[in-house]
Amino acid sequence: MKSRILRAPEGTSNGGASEPATLTTVPTVGAHASAPMGPIKIAARDVSVFYGDKQALFDVSLDIPDKTVTALIGPSGCGKSTFLRTMNRMNDTIPGTRVTGRIEMDGGDINDRKIDPVLLRAQVGMVFQKPNPFPKSIYENVAYGPKIHGLASTKGEMDEIVQKSLKRAGLWDEVADRLHSPGTGLSGGQQQRLVIARAIAVEPEVILMDEPCSALDPIATAKIEELIDELRERYCIVIVTHSMAQAARVSQRTAFFHMGKLVETGDTEEIFTNPRERRTLDYITGRFG
Amino acid sequence: MIWIFLLLLIAFVVLAYVAGRALAVRRSQGAKSHSRPSQHGLYALIWVGAPALAMLIAASLFSTSIEQQMMRAGAPDSVAQLEPFRREAFFADARLVGAGQEARQIWPAPYAEELPAEGRRAHRIASTLSWGGGVAALIAAVLGGLFVLTRIRPDLRARNKVEGWITGVLFACSVVAVLTTLGIIFSLVIDSLRFFSMVPITEFLFGTKWSPQIAIRADQVGSSGAFGAVPLFAGTFLIMLIAMAVAAPIGLFSAVYLSEYSGRKTRAMVKPALEVLAGVPTVVYGFFAALTVGPALRVFFNGIGDMLVGGPLNGLGVYLSLVQNQMALVAGAVMGIMLIPFVSSLSDDILNAVPQSLRDGSYAMGATKSETVKKVLLPAALPGIAGALLLAVSRAIGETMIVTMAAGLAANLTLNPLETVTTVTVQIVTLLTGDQEFNSPKTLAAFGLGLTLFVVTLLLNIVAMRIVQAYREQYD
Ligand SMILES: Nc1ncnc2c1ncn2[C@@H]1O[C@H](COP(=O)(O)OP(=O)(O)O)[C@@H](O)[C@H]1O
Ligand SMILES: [Mg+2]
Repeated sequence: MKSRILRAPEGTSNGGASEPATLTTVPTVGAHASAPMGPIKIAARDVSVFYGDKQALFDVSLDIPDKTVTALIGPSGCGKSTFLRTMNRMNDTIPGTRVTGRIEMDGGDINDRKIDPVLLRAQVGMVFQKPNPFPKSIYENVAYGPKIHGLASTKGEMDEIVQKSLKRAGLWDEVADRLHSPGTGLSGGQQQRLVIARAIAVEPEVILMDEPCSALDPIATAKIEELIDELRERYCIVIVTHSMAQAARVSQRTAFFHMGKLVETGDTEEIFTNPRERRTLDYITGRFG
Repeated sequence: MIWIFLLLLIAFVVLAYVAGRALAVRRSQGAKSHSRPSQHGLYALIWVGAPALAMLIAASLFSTSIEQQMMRAGAPDSVAQLEPFRREAFFADARLVGAGQEARQIWPAPYAEELPAEGRRAHRIASTLSWGGGVAALIAAVLGGLFVLTRIRPDLRARNKVEGWITGVLFACSVVAVLTTLGIIFSLVIDSLRFFSMVPITEFLFGTKWSPQIAIRADQVGSSGAFGAVPLFAGTFLIMLIAMAVAAPIGLFSAVYLSEYSGRKTRAMVKPALEVLAGVPTVVYGFFAALTVGPALRVFFNGIGDMLVGGPLNGLGVYLSLVQNQMALVAGAVMGIMLIPFVSSLSDDILNAVPQSLRDGSYAMGATKSETVKKVLLPAALPGIAGALLLAVSRAIGETMIVTMAAGLAANLTLNPLETVTTVTVQIVTLLTGDQEFNSPKTLAAFGLGLTLFVVTLLLNIVAMRIVQAYREQYD
């Protein structure tokens, strides 16, 4: 199941991209930083995004390690969500959007014409700002992805997937006795964990989160942050947040965006204690944004 | 003549506005005034315009009866002794003659001699009355103006008063609409009650024979008539079913296409085109049904019938080869086409009300477009779409023109779409056109049918609106 779409057969891959080693050596702003983390999972090179004539992202190059939480921070409108959406090609669903540059996952170009975005998205899950459970039962919400992708052949298997996903999302104990009541009836924080369970039910490798706590109260936020920390063991996680404190709490790597450009990236501790760029310092000390 | 007064009044009203504004500025003397000068101006305008308008309306309401009184009072003896309706006819002619037109009748002596003099008198009375009305309106305007000019002061709450007047006028307009509707319902109920006193309501609702022809003379054959409306209900229902079978899937799927699949350019072209289709008068659909679709389908079915005649399906063949132009299928299908834009534009609105976040959530799970539509959007939009379809049903039931032209008149109790059937609306039309006497059950039956139709569509609309409303709130 792992890397089912991106492992291009030997020789057909473009420009030796199948050797991740070549990618990790490309220098980035934060390349000197070293932290305990997995190999590079996603490597973005000179990624630009245009909405019609308007350029929203300018030549962003960023390495995203596996089994790590990477936080994208920056003032609103700086292109964090836009960059996040390039990694599961959700920008394709917005009419008039154009993406240039390369984004490689496990060494394969995800914008390759041979890649079906529909399958890519099963591999790269996404959690949105506002909890968006489908107007279906809790069970049906989690089973949605596995059904579409044919991951379970029997009811028993499906039950198992649903249970496992809800457990990993830390929601099982709260909903085990009402799996068939509507998912929209849960509290905001529970809905957000349901959506996370829905995303992990298809066994993704990467989970993208776009300000997942901005609609939640502090207690629900704490729960989600705890969950993110647990999920880090299994997944590559990229989280957009406008809360400095949250970035500091949950992430190991941080990338700071400003006006569509990647300003600085490095270990979260580095960025927050000893940023190299003036703009980063100004932002994290609250002088703008 | 009257337009001179109207021009004068308009001048007065404008003057009042200007004067009110200027006065407000002058009297405030630079101090802070409660309302803005233009609001004082509007306030003065209302106080000049409203009394004058009230006076004009009163004058036009009462002038006819005052004129009649005066004509009668001053009539010469010979005219006064005429029978009332002859006398009124004479006065009407006098009015015409007075206005320089021909009399409608030729009056014998001595009336013919009186006519010119009476004409001049009618003319005098008429012009006196219109002058009177105009002068009264002007006086009212002047009085209102004098009154309001004394009241404009910096602390006058002109803003609130003007708002109050505007609220009042708007309220009056809405009351007119509501009262008219209530009046219609009231008359419908009263006349239906008269009908149900002649024909038992159970016979009307459950009887299966509809034949409202009642002989004019009591000794004629078949003088009783039958008022069992079941064949009409069945015909209405059948045509509605056929229409919905056409409109529901096509309308819904075109809405799905428009809201989920089409690009911005296609949408910008198709949506207005559908809306134009919605504006085609139903009578056009009617003759399209009667002159194009009906004959085409008849030829089609007759052709099939001719092929089957003599074969193992001989009976069916004979039946098909005798199918007529007018049948439920034609009316239903064309009505369905008429309803497509209605269904699709409502469903399109409803699909657009489904939050984008649900689509994003589904696409982000790796669902395709059709999976997203089938598994997320349609279930989420289902209540709203059900409401939209009920609204379409209610329109199908009330639709008249297409069925009148294409379904036929025979009240057959059948569910066969190739037969001619008739509907509630068609029968109302046939009952109320042509010669009729107001008190016969034949005429009153129309009110019974109208009331039934009204109740059914009202219930459908209430239920549908509730559903659509609840659906909208779900995503607010
Ligand atoms: N669908 C879109 N169409 C046009 N412009 C967009 C769209 N989405 C985002 N943008 C623009 O791109 C820029 C970056 O937006 P976004 O990535 O949402 O910023 P962030 O998530 O950092 O607040 C903003 O200027 C925004 O107005
Ligand atoms: Mg954003």
